[in-house]
Amino acid sequence: MPRPAGKVVGQSSFYAAVVTLVVFAAFPFYWMLITTFKTDGDLYNLKSIPYWFNSPPTLEHLKYLFEDTLFVQWLSNSALIGLCVVAITLLVALPAGYGLARMPGRSGENLSIGIFVTYLVPPTLLFLPLARVVTLLGLQDSMWALVVVYPTFTIPFCTWLLMGFFKSVPREIEEAAIVDGCTVVGAFVKTVLPLSMPAILTVVIFAFTLTVQEFVYALTFISSSREKPVTLGVATDLIRGDIFYWGELMGAALISSIPVAIAYNLFLDRFISGITGGAVK
Amino acid sequence: MAAVVVKDLRKVFGDVAALDGVSLSVRDGEFLVLLGPSGCGKTTFLRIIAGLERQTSGDVLINDEIVNDITPRARGVAMVFQSYGLYPHLTVANNIAFPLRTQGTTRPEIGRKVEWAAGLLGIDHLLHRRPRQLSGGERQRVALARALVRNPTVFLLDEPLSNLDAKLRASARSELKQFQQKVATTTIYVTHDQVEAMGMGDRIAVIDHGKLRQVGTPSAIYDHPADDFVASFLGTPPMNLVEHSGGLLGFRPEHFLPREMLDGAALSELLFRIDRMEYLGSERILYGALDGFQAKCDVAAKLPAHVPLSGIRAGEWHKFAVREAELRYFDRDGRCTVSPKEQAR
Amino acid sequence: MSAIAEAAAPRRPPRSRFTTFDRLEVLGPLFIIPAILYVVVLVGLPFLLALYYSVSAYSIFNPSWTFVGLKNFREVIDSEIFRRTLANTLIFTISAQIIGLLLGKIGAMLLMQEFPGRRLARALIVLPWAVPVSLATLAWVWMFDSLYSVINWTLVAAGLIDPAHRPQWLGQEDLAMIAVVTVHAWRLFPFGVVIFLAGFTSVPQDVLDAATIDGAGFWRRNYQIILPIIAPIIMIALIFGTVFTFTDLSVVYLLTKGGPINSTQVLGTLAFQVGILSGDVAHGAAICLFLFPFLLVAVILLLRSLRRREI
Repeated sequence: MPRPAGKVVGQSSFYAAVVTLVVFAAFPFYWMLITTFKTDGDLYNLKSIPYWFNSPPTLEHLKYLFEDTLFVQWLSNSALIGLCVVAITLLVALPAGYGLARMPGRSGENLSIGIFVTYLVPPTLLFLPLARVVTLLGLQDSMWALVVVYPTFTIPFCTWLLMGFFKSVPREIEEAAIVDGCTVVGAFVKTVLPLSMPAILTVVIFAFTLTVQEFVYALTFISSSREKPVTLGVATDLIRGDIFYWGELMGAALISSIPVAIAYNLFLDRFISGITGGAVK
Repeated sequence: MAAVVVKDLRKVFGDVAALDGVSLSVRDGEFLVLLGPSGCGKTTFLRIIAGLERQTSGDVLINDEIVNDITPRARGVAMVFQSYGLYPHLTVANNIAFPLRTQGTTRPEIGRKVEWAAGLLGIDHLLHRRPRQLSGGERQRVALARALVRNPTVFLLDEPLSNLDAKLRASARSELKQFQQKVATTTIYVTHDQVEAMGMGDRIAVIDHGKLRQVGTPSAIYDHPADDFVASFLGTPPMNLVEHSGGLLGFRPEHFLPREMLDGAALSELLFRIDRMEYLGSERILYGALDGFQAKCDVAAKLPAHVPLSGIRAGEWHKFAVREAELRYFDRDGRCTVSPKEQAR
Repeated sequence: MSAIAEAAAPRRPPRSRFTTFDRLEVLGPLFIIPAILYVVVLVGLPFLLALYYSVSAYSIFNPSWTFVGLKNFREVIDSEIFRRTLANTLIFTISAQIIGLLLGKIGAMLLMQEFPGRRLARALIVLPWAVPVSLATLAWVWMFDSLYSVINWTLVAAGLIDPAHRPQWLGQEDLAMIAVVTVHAWRLFPFGVVIFLAGFTSVPQDVLDAATIDGAGFWRRNYQIILPIIAPIIMIALIFGTVFTFTDLSVVYLLTKGGPINSTQVLGTLAFQVGILSGDVAHGAAICLFLFPFLLVAVILLLRSLRRREI
């Protein structure tokens, strides 16, 4: 029996649920967006409706952010740190993932789980001793400290992800290359690497985003404004005492979030399959 | 002259011997088939010759030179893998050119050779495709072409037809054989399929549990199996084996016929109880038991289907016979011996 | 035929003998060593250092390595603030996990349906998990502002609260806890959504069809077929989520700095305050190490789930 009324109610409650959830998730970002372009008079006015512009939008905050703060410096710090960490991660995780994937029996699997588990070790447990290690390396208050420390969490995760992928590359292809005249390393470089480009791209994106998202180590190791990555700089330097420059703050948060959010969304499925250990294809 | 010689080859994985002292010599230009059930060590054998696996002990000689310590790339062998091992990211042309590139062959020379190999295998029109755009049969040809371009001393083929469907397999079989005769390259071909082995091999080497059971021409292997394993591995249904004075007595189902179909002397008559019959179009297979003999499995008789089955019914005893020349005797250890009668002479 | 002549032409291949670099069994371990070294030097050794800090009298003002035994741990446990912190950490981890998982499951079930704009909805829902947590938390700080809070404005406009007594989200003890839990649940639930989504799509359709034919309704299918099948995946997500929340420092640090009066203090922020801001490294390390038994349990659970998924 068709029940049009019930169907309409079901439909609308379904959409209501979706909308509620989306609003809960995305409202803070809408709030960032609108705050960025509101004039101070509009922002700090209790009378008007805050959801929309009550006076014309302004670029004042962004102008201040780019011209009178170290925001650009922080952005480039983050980019540089990210690139270096990606390079170190690839250099270490590519061979490791391959070595583990081709280890005979269960030893490779067990060893890789051992490495993966270190991804669970939180910065909170290690920031005190690592601060000392960083000082020993002469890197205190320098962003290079982060370049050294961040691979501790990118390497385990990326090795794990790459191992899973390398395992899916048939051994026959490498062996064909070996019989056809390659060394073991040559076969890896000429056949396995080109076939793994999607996985390598994923690793690059994730090492980069994980690096950009990090906050605790940056907070612990770095105090000079010029050395800060963008997450730390925005969260600490744009707040002077109790005075918050909300327009600038939200603008900075928005600009730094957008690229990360896009990259993350594109590679989400691979990330999930990595974290669940390939249980989900 | 022997192209490939192996001497007392052993390979141990953990505490399992995949190869247990195999010695074999493959003649120049010969098509040798390694036949055995899965897990018998035949693929390991091939991989050791290619250099992909290192033997535990024993020697491998290619062109009279010990190559134990020589890398795969320097052994001058070419291998076609079970699922071909084509490079998915390269075009067919680049797949075929790959082994030449690694040897530093000049560009015009590569072009010439790729063209030549592709022409020989009839895949000229596929050169710009990628492996995933090819059918199973085409992939197999590309793999062969890639193996061919470098003029290898030996072709090593690891069940190259097992990924083709049944119909394609039959035509690929004869093409492969013709191709091998044309290029006259020594070939070692691994399979578990006795039809492939019988149809293609100049000689067949039967391997079981890491041991070489018998080497010989297809007819020698089929007609004069060296032991009970070879006897029961070849033929569909395989040779009947019944217990007989401490050893085994064997005869092929197609030689085991109703008494009235055979004439002449030197016959062994046997009373056969037919339990069930299978009609296979061209032939009929009868399964049952022999009077006075113990057998591990049913005794089978294979009759041409066009012969009328007068008076043979399931559940009844019937007089069957085998020519004495077709009887094979195996001793207590399963090795083939001459008949007791001849022994007595 | 020239082709055959060519094929038969003898070619002597260059001889090259096996070296270390031709053996995968040698090369494999060699490839893995850098990764293991990195992890050992920058995770293993610091961990041992943390262990030593916790039984020493080390502080940045007096960097002595004097061994003091379990004194630091005793003092930490005896402190009122620490006990409150531990309780806070548990409350806030558990409630954020429950809310996050629940919203995650609901979100995934909604997103399993086909509807126009589904991809956009998923992209928007994933945002809180995707963007850097410190920056996202800043938006919440602004939304919880003492004077210009948009939440308060809405509540006043809706007539739910008295404009004269606006709630101080980050300034009142009970509300601050709610705020911290909300932000954490907000950040976690998208992770739950994608994990559940991945789980749901991994359940083979024929299993569901079989259940339907066997007479299982919506709820039975859900709780007797789907959930048990995806349990290992959910377990892994739960472990990661719990570890991230339990050991979190950034959200609390940026929202409340542990205040007011330590009402939102968690192990991470307390350790940061004691170990870095006050320079009392020894006690800071001792506080951090209280995370360890919990982590150990998480690791063991994770290992078991990773094994189970293969069966």
